[in-house]
Amino acid sequence: MRIGLGTGKIGTRRIGQEHIVLGFAVLLFLGYSIFLNGFVTPSNLVAIVRSVAVLGILAVGMGIVVIGRGIDLSMIAVMAMATAWQLELMNHGWSTPAAMGAVCLAVIVLGTVNGILIAYGDVPAIFATLASGSFVFGFVRSQLITQDVVYVPKTADILLALGQARVATLPIEVVFFALAVLVVFLALRFTKPGRFVYLMGDNYVAARTMGIPVRPMVVIQYVVSALLAWLAGLVTAAGLQSINTRIVNSTLLYDVILVVVIGGIGLSGGKGGMRNVVVGALLIGIMLNGMTILDLPNIYQNLIKATILLAAIIVDSRLNPRDEQTAQQGDI
Amino acid sequence: MKLVTAAAAALVIGALPVKAQDATQTGDPGPAAYSKALAGKRVALVPMAMGFDLAQGWSYYIGKEVRGFGGTFETRDPNWSIEAGAQAITDLINSSEKPDVLIVHVPDLQSYVKLFRKAQQAGIFVIQIDNRSNFPTDAFVGSDWDRLGQLEAEAVIKGCGPNSSKKIGLIQGDQVNASSLDQYAGIQKVLAKNPDFKVVGAPDSNWDATTARNVATTLLQQNKDVCGIIDFWDNTAQGTAAAIRDAGLQGKVFLVTTGGGEEADCKLLEDGTFGAVVMTEVQNQSRDIVALIKFLLQSGLKPGQATTWIYTLEKATTKADVTPSTCWSLKTIQADQAAAK
Repeated sequence: MRIGLGTGKIGTRRIGQEHIVLGFAVLLFLGYSIFLNGFVTPSNLVAIVRSVAVLGILAVGMGIVVIGRGIDLSMIAVMAMATAWQLELMNHGWSTPAAMGAVCLAVIVLGTVNGILIAYGDVPAIFATLASGSFVFGFVRSQLITQDVVYVPKTADILLALGQARVATLPIEVVFFALAVLVVFLALRFTKPGRFVYLMGDNYVAARTMGIPVRPMVVIQYVVSALLAWLAGLVTAAGLQSINTRIVNSTLLYDVILVVVIGGIGLSGGKGGMRNVVVGALLIGIMLNGMTILDLPNIYQNLIKATILLAAIIVDSRLNPRDEQTAQQGDI
Repeated sequence: MKLVTAAAAALVIGALPVKAQDATQTGDPGPAAYSKALAGKRVALVPMAMGFDLAQGWSYYIGKEVRGFGGTFETRDPNWSIEAGAQAITDLINSSEKPDVLIVHVPDLQSYVKLFRKAQQAGIFVIQIDNRSNFPTDAFVGSDWDRLGQLEAEAVIKGCGPNSSKKIGLIQGDQVNASSLDQYAGIQKVLAKNPDFKVVGAPDSNWDATTARNVATTLLQQNKDVCGIIDFWDNTAQGTAAAIRDAGLQGKVFLVTTGGGEEADCKLLEDGTFGAVVMTEVQNQSRDIVALIKFLLQSGLKPGQATTWIYTLEKATTKADVTPSTCWSLKTIQADQAAAK
C-alpha cells in the first residue's frame, strides 16, 4: 500500500497535476514579472499571499477532509455564520473570550454532528454537509442575527488589533495560513491519526479491517474542518471589521474545492497534502493579482481563470490517464 | 303609556347615530373616498434580500403606512437569488390574493422584465425601487444613479484637493447592475469636466468586501500616490477601507461611497473610515413610495397606463454634516417592531 505524500515522486512516477499547476504558476509569475511594472515588489508578493490566505485556510480544512475521501460543503456557512453570531454576541455586550468560548463549542458540536451523520449514519458526506450548511445558515440568519452584515464592535480591541497585527512585516492572515499549513502538515505526516487519514482515504474498508477507529477519525476530520472554517471567518472579520453573511451565496466554496483539486489532492481520496494546497492557492493568487494590475474586467478574469484551470486539467488527464482502479473507485 | 315611552325612547336611540353623523359631516368627501380606495388593498415588497439595511428600512416605513390605511403588507425574501426573486413574483401574480401593488428591487436590467408585464396585465401596479430595469413600470423610486455618480466624483475631487496627485481609483460593483453602470457613467461626466483628474484603476468588487480589499490593495500598491477612491457601495467599501488601513494610508486616501444611511454609515464617517457617503434617503424614499401607492390606487389609472420617475434628493455627506438625525437606526426600528408584537 502506498501512503502518499503528494502525488509526485519525480523520476520514479509520472508528473502529477501538482507539478503542472506549479509550472503554470511559475510561468505566469515570470510572465507578469517581465511585463507588469510593480509586480515583483516585496509588498506585492505579500499582498498576493494575503489575498489567498483565507481561501488557503479553508482549503487546509477541505484538504484534510478530501484526503480522507470526504467533502465538507458546510465550510462557508460555518465560516460566515459562526463569526457573525460571535460578533452579534459581542455587540450585545459579551466579552471577546466569552463569545469565542460559546461559538467554539457550537462549532465543535456542528463538526461532530457532520461527522456522526457521515460515519455512523452512513449519510454521504456531500448530502450531510450540504444540509448542515444550509441549516446553519438558516438557523443563525433567522434566529441569532438581524442583518446580513454584522460589524465588529468598537469595544472589541483584541479582534480589531488582530486585524492590524503584523508578524515580521507579514499580515496576520498570512501567519495564520502558514501556521495552519505547518500544523496540519506535521500532523498528517508524523502522527498516527495523520497516517490513518491517508489509509482511510485510500481504502476505507481495508483501514477498518486493519483496526483503525475509522468512525471517530471521520468525526475528528469534520471537527477540524469546522474549526478551520471559523478561523477563516475570524481572520476575515478582523481585517474587514465586519462579516457579510452574503458570502454564503458566493462562489467561495467552489474556489476552495478548486484550490484543493487543482493543487493535486484528488477527490478520490488518499493522496496529496499541504504542499498541494499551497501550490493551488498560489496559482489562484498570482492569476488574480496580475489580472487586477492589468485592470481586466471581471468577465475576462473569469474567462481566463477558467481557461487556465481547464488547460491544467486537460494536461493532467493526458499525462495521468485513468486506470482501471481509479475508474472503479470513482470520484465524489 | 309605558309602551309609548318605550317606543319614543327607541325612536330617539334609533335616531341618535344618524344625528351624530350629521353633526360631524362637514361635506369633505376625502376620508370616505380615501378609505374606500385603500382599505383592504394588498402591497407586496420583493427586495433583492430582506437582511440588509435598505430592505429593512423600506419594509418598516412602507409597512407601517400600509397597515395604517387598513391595507395588508407582506415581503418576500429572495436572499440575493434572482431565481428565488422571480419565483416569488410569479407566485404573487398567480396567488388567489394577489397584491394590488408590487414593489420590486431588481437585481439587474433584464431579469424581471417579462414578469413586470405579466403583473401589469394581471392588474397589479408595479413600482421599481432603487435599481432600474430596462422596462419602465408604473413608477420608479430611487436614486438617479448617474447623478449619484456625479456627486461622488465631485466629493472625491473636493476631498483630494487641488494640490493633490489628482489620481483616483474606482472600485466598481459589477458590469450588469444598473446602479453600478450608471454610477460609472456619472463619474465619467464629472471627470470629463475635470481632465486633470485621472482614473488609475477601475476593478470590480463583484459586491464582495474581500474582493474589494484585494483589488484595492493592488491598486494602492501600483499607484502609491492615489488621493481618493470611489467605492460603489458601503458594504464593499469596508474592504477598500481595510486596504487603505493596511497600506498605512488612512487620512491620506479620501474614500467616497454610497450607502443606505443606516447608523453604521454615520459611525464610519465620524471615525474617518469614509470621507463622504452619498446616502440613499430611506425614509424619504419610503414616503415617496407610499404617496405613489395612495395615488395609484385612487387615480383610476390602469396598471401600465402611465410611467413616473421619482428621484430621491441626495447629497454627499461628510463628517462635518453628520448630525444626530442624519442617519436612521436599525436598532430603533427593531425595538419598535418588537414593541408592536
